[in-house]
Parts: sequence; C-alpha cells; structure tokens
Amino acid sequence: MAINWFKYSAPTNFYGLAGKMIPWFAFSAAVLFAIGLYIGFVVAPVDAQQGEFYRIIFIHVPSSILSMFLYLVMAGYAALGLIFNTRLSAMMATAIAPTGALFAFISLWTGALWGKPMWGAWWVWDARLTSELILLFLYLGYIALHASIDDPRRADRAAALLSIVGSVNVPIIYFSVKWWNTLHQGSSIKFTGTSMHIAMQQAMFTVLVACWLYAIAVVLARVRSIILERERNTTWIGELPEVRS
Amino acid sequence: MKPRQKRFVFIAVAVAALSLAVGLVLYALKNNVSLYFTPTQVYNNEAPQGRSFRIGGLVEEGSVQREKDGLTVKFVITDKHKSIPVIYKGILPDLFKEGKGVVAQGKVEADGMMHAEEVLAKHDENYMPPEAADALKKGETANASAATSTPASAPATSAVK
Repeated sequence: MAINWFKYSAPTNFYGLAGKMIPWFAFSAAVLFAIGLYIGFVVAPVDAQQGEFYRIIFIHVPSSILSMFLYLVMAGYAALGLIFNTRLSAMMATAIAPTGALFAFISLWTGALWGKPMWGAWWVWDARLTSELILLFLYLGYIALHASIDDPRRADRAAALLSIVGSVNVPIIYFSVKWWNTLHQGSSIKFTGTSMHIAMQQAMFTVLVACWLYAIAVVLARVRSIILERERNTTWIGELPEVRS
Repeated sequence: MKPRQKRFVFIAVAVAALSLAVGLVLYALKNNVSLYFTPTQVYNNEAPQGRSFRIGGLVEEGSVQREKDGLTVKFVITDKHKSIPVIYKGILPDLFKEGKGVVAQGKVEADGMMHAEEVLAKHDENYMPPEAADALKKGETANASAATSTPASAPATSAVK
C-alpha cells in the first residue's frame, strides 16, 4: 500500500487531521495525569533521605525532559522548513516554542522550590542549572525574534536559524552532570537502568507520558490557529464550516 | 546538487562546526564551569589561592563537631584520598549528613581550615523508601564484615556492589 506521506504536509489537509486528533491526546493526557499524580502523591513511599520533599520530581523531571525534547523537535521542524521550504514545518516549530518555554520554566521553578530546603539554596550557578536557564532564554528568544519580523516567511527563516544554533545546548544540559562537578545530582534514569524505587518510577513515567500527550494536544491546537491566521485569505479557509458561521 | 540538498549540507556542516567550537570553548573553560574543587585538587594547588572558592566531597563519617554556641560546626570534607577541615557558622541544610555529599564555599586560611560562608548539601540520584535504605545499609555492613574476615572474598563482594 502506498501512503502519500506528503499529503498531510499541506496545511489544508493537516488542519482537519489535527482537529480530529486533539480530543484523543487531550483526554488520554488528563487520564494519565490523574493516575500518575495519584501514584506519585498517595501510593509512592517517602524517600529515605528527603522525606516528602522528593515528590517534586514527579513534576520536575518530566517537565525537564520535555523541555529538552521539545527543543530538539522544534529545531528539527525548523531545519525541515529551511531545507524543504514547507510551510507547515515552520508553523509546527512556532507552535512548539511556547509549550517548550512553559516546561523549561516549570522545571526551573520546581527545582528552585526543592533546592531551598534540600540544598540550602534557591539557585546555584552550576552547569546543569545554568544551561537549563539558557534553554529557557533560547525559547523566549525564538518567540521574540519570530514576533519581531512582520513577514512570516522571513520570520520563519531567522527564527529557524536561531533554534538550530541553540540545539547545541541540549546535549550540554543532558551531559552537564557527567562532564563537570555540579551541585545537581546525576540522572536517576539512565539508558542502562534506573536508581529509583518501582512505585516512584511508575509515577514519574506516567506523568512523563501525560506531559508528552498534553504537549502534542496543545501544539496541534496552536498549529491550527496559526494555519487559520496565516492562510486567512485562501478560499479553503473561507469554506470551513466554523469560519462561515 | 539540488538546492534543497545544498541547504541540507550547509545546515549539517554549520551545526557540526558550531558544536566543535562550543565543545572547544567548554573544554578550555573546564575548570571555570565546574562548581567546586575536590580536596585532591586543592592539595595539588589547582584551586585559587587567597580568595573564596568551593570545595565539594563527602562529609567524613564521625567528623562533625558542634560547638557550644549551637551554630558553629566543624567537619571534614573528603574525596577518599585527601580531606580538608571546614568550620562554618550558620544553619545547615536538611540533607547535610555524615557520609553524604556537601559543597562548602569559603577561604582556606593559614590554619589549613576552610572558613565557610555557605554550606550546601549535594543529593545523590538514589530514591528509595526508608526500609530499602535500611536493608541496603545492613547488606553493606554484612558485606564489609565478610570482606574483613575472609580477604579472599573481597574482590567478589566489590564486584557485586
């Protein structure tokens, strides 16, 4: 069976597909958030050293992972847009940026709340924390640069370049705790296994998947509005039932 | 080459070159990026002299002494090779414990002690309930006593650990 992969790279076709997918992703995200947070806050035992304070990881770790992962996806779409000149790729990159910035902010914020009672400091200029802060600034810079150029095609190209350059930062964040002495602890989840109690793991992975589904749902909703905004003068948008009414 | 292949090659080469440049810069700044020096580095004179810096390591078991004023604490930071005594006046973070990670900022004075202005606890990446931590500790002490009584089994136990 031949699948036409390029069919849905046209905004016209993708608009409808995205609309159909959003409720599924949004619903399963809500269910998994409920399950994950229930396991995390009720079922999972207290930590031997940190007591109840450690429960911040059920928010902190998934949002940190998502903030890095979404950046790579954004830079990937931006590169696709530059190379193939596809309209939808650039729209996807623009749609991902605010969600990525949100996750980066949550990660820094929850980390600071945990750091004060546990480390004794809200903030330390160690490599992990600083590179994550740079990631937040890259997201904000991307959004600001894109918004400051009026012509959307030129804005796409300039912002794409910024996001591709910034993607060098992501491996630095990930490996910072290995390469340098940092106050931030090493990764509990490694490719070779984890160093966490099983119920804690389940809660964290459930919230991680929930964050993932949430991000997909929100990005699809945002890309739909970007399509509507950018293609507002085309006939197919004029014929949409939600536009006509 | 088609224009889009050209663009792809351009982006790939640019990212590779940029990664190399950033990698070299970070390698050159290695000592500045690290948050703290280990006691061994301090003994090798790699730490700055006469100004404030951070030392990181473990709080040596049995080294914590509290003075009568209730605020001043003396302890020893070790990296299992070298150790440096620290004196600190102030409130310690919750995770500060003997045998656990710590980062202290201050100056090493003529008496060979670090006079710390700030002490931070460093957490490890292990998350477990208290029962599991107890079991692990019992297992470790059992291993240690087995290792001391029969030295031949020492390599085996360390391999299991």
